[in-house]
Amino acid sequence: MAFDSLTEKLQNVFKNLRSKGRLTEEDVKAALKEVKMALLEADVNFKVVKGFIKDVQERAIGQDVMNGLNPGQMVIKIVNEELVSLMGAETTEIQLQPGSAATVIMMAGLQGAGKTTTTAKLAGKFKLKGKKPLLVACDVYRPAAIKQLQINGEKQGVEVFSMGDKVKPADIARAAMEHGAKNGNNIIILDTAGRLHIDEDMMTELQEIKEAVTVHQTILVVDAMTGQDAVNVAGSFHEKIGIDGVIVTKLDGDTRGGAALSIKAVTGRPILYVGMGEKLSDLEQFYPDRMASRILGMGDVLTLIEKA
Amino acid sequence: TKTRDNIVSGMDSIFHGFSKIDDDFYEELEETLIMGDLGVRTTEEIIEDLKAKVRERHIKEPMECRQLLIDSIKEQMDVGETAYEFEDRKSVVFVIGVNGVGKTTTIGKLAGKFRAERKKVVLAAADTFRAAAGEQLKEWANRAQVDMIGGQEGADPASVVFDAVAAAKARKADILLCDTAGRLHNKKNLMEELKKIYRVIEREYPEAYHETLVVLDATTGQNALAQAKEFNEVADITGVILTKMDGTAKGGIAVAIQAELGIPVKYIGVGESIDDLQKFDADEFVNALFYKEEQKETED
Ligand SMILES: Nc1nc2c(ncn2[C@@H]2O[C@H](COP(=O)(O)OP(=O)(O)OP(=O)(O)O)[C@@H](O)[C@H]2O)c(=O)[nH]1
Ligand SMILES: Nc1nc2c(ncn2[C@@H]2O[C@H](COP(=O)(O)OP(=O)(O)OP(=O)(O)O)[C@@H](O)[C@H]2O)c(=O)[nH]1
Ligand SMILES: [Mg+2]
Ligand SMILES: [Mg+2]
Repeated sequence: MAFDSLTEKLQNVFKNLRSKGRLTEEDVKAALKEVKMALLEADVNFKVVKGFIKDVQERAIGQDVMNGLNPGQMVIKIVNEELVSLMGAETTEIQLQPGSAATVIMMAGLQGAGKTTTTAKLAGKFKLKGKKPLLVACDVYRPAAIKQLQINGEKQGVEVFSMGDKVKPADIARAAMEHGAKNGNNIIILDTAGRLHIDEDMMTELQEIKEAVTVHQTILVVDAMTGQDAVNVAGSFHEKIGIDGVIVTKLDGDTRGGAALSIKAVTGRPILYVGMGEKLSDLEQFYPDRMASRILGMGDVLTLIEKA
Repeated sequence: TKTRDNIVSGMDSIFHGFSKIDDDFYEELEETLIMGDLGVRTTEEIIEDLKAKVRERHIKEPMECRQLLIDSIKEQMDVGETAYEFEDRKSVVFVIGVNGVGKTTTIGKLAGKFRAERKKVVLAAADTFRAAAGEQLKEWANRAQVDMIGGQEGADPASVVFDAVAAAKARKADILLCDTAGRLHNKKNLMEELKKIYRVIEREYPEAYHETLVVLDATTGQNALAQAKEFNEVADITGVILTKMDGTAKGGIAVAIQAELGIPVKYIGVGESIDDLQKFDADEFVNALFYKEEQKETED
């Protein structure tokens, strides 16, 4: 696999670096060239990579090389630390409203990213915590979108609110608030239709929902396999509707998932959970350190470094 | 129907400001290709090839060099003459791909297109796994006014296809379109299941022309190459459908797929309506690769 060859390449770079004591500019540049490739192969956005490499380079040159590490490994250690801190340093959860107040969550994202599935996954997660979620069918476009949410809601044992596909999403959201208040729902999750970030009408529709009801958490759902375009998508969604957190789906695949880094870099918003499968229980905590080593694709090198 | 004219019109912008072919020029090219999702390796190969040609032909003008690059990618992405043969024969089209790329929607669009050409079309709803997958395809069958077989959640997908083949024969269908459940290519059991479905088609419908299309999302990065490779192991892929080309992603990984696997892109998806499917146009595709939208520029 690509992972092995990359590790090998790095080992070769390390072997050629012989300097002791401090990291020289030459050491740093040689190692960072490989890191740059690794990040690009992992789909981290080109400009994000450039900025990141520049920062790391500045930080690394002149640093003391720790005992037991060679200069290349020392650079990777610094790279890894920077990546982890960029990814979020620690795990986060969706911020809920205090006390018994209801929290309203709106899901948003491109077509097919996994919004409807993730909506149902979140419902199950909150239900386990003793909450009473209500799922709201605000996708009035995709064929059978409402039915899909209803089937998933039923599997999770949570109620789904829908008004068919002839009512405007903002009006559905408003009616759902009343319904939820009467029903004692303390989590209300709005499933919205997939849309392109450049589709002005559809982006306005999300703004209208946010004007109609108080949305506490707007969650951007992003496919982990997304390529260079992730910065455009996340940037536009954040700029136009404002997002509070990100959920990365389909990480059960073999993608390196560099999009996660790009999204974090352009929005500054935390990655909350990751989708790890099609089953409605396949939603996991996000661990920045695991994501960092997955993106770098240098698992074995990192273990080696941690032992040092 | 949407067009991509708006995307194609401004392509020259990126090459302005270069008066000679130097390292900066090549760097800009490299950046453009990588940002288009062609990937590091394919980009390097293309640039090396270009440099060699520039040397050989003593090219001095950046614009001439640009044209050379565009022409060579276009040539490589050429679909070939026999690509659409299945459209005019009795055929079975097997549609596969990872989750959420647009398989079901694309089948709806294809059904609409063939129906408009007065062909007899049958759909096989062999995604029996995802919630409401059958209902979704049924809605497309209604829109396209074609018949659909199956659609029961939990049914065995291979037997749905078996039934659909029988129905296609009985109804003298011109084209049978098979929808399948999305699956990630690294899931062994799901890929085995796909192989089993494919075998039913091979065994039960040998008289039909077999077209196997892998659907790829243009927004996907380097992983699309792994997808194409793995799906090609299970069923002999005859073409790629690149969806969501109405967004800002370039779909450049298709260039790497063509280079490594020799699988051509045959159609692109440009929206969510029934007529938002176009035959692949190498000219438009390559021009769009080099078009940069100004407002998308992010800080260095
Ligand atoms: N393997 C895997 N598949 C997933 C995951 N999350 C969602 N999916 C699948 O991805 C596909 C699309 O999911 P949906 O929930 O319909 O996506 P969506 O964003 O609601 O789609 P639209 O409403 O059409 O925009 C389905 O096949 C899901 O089963 C995940 O974490 N892993
Ligand atoms: N903008 C745009 N959206 C598309 C295009 N093709 C499909 N979609 C949308 O992408 C989403 C997923 O499409 P589906 O056809 O359900 O995808 P699928 O591959 O069948 O998904 P699974 O069966 O869940 O694996 C839907 O919201 C479609 O409307 C396209 O060309 N452009
Ligand atoms: Mg949905
Ligand atoms: Mg489908």
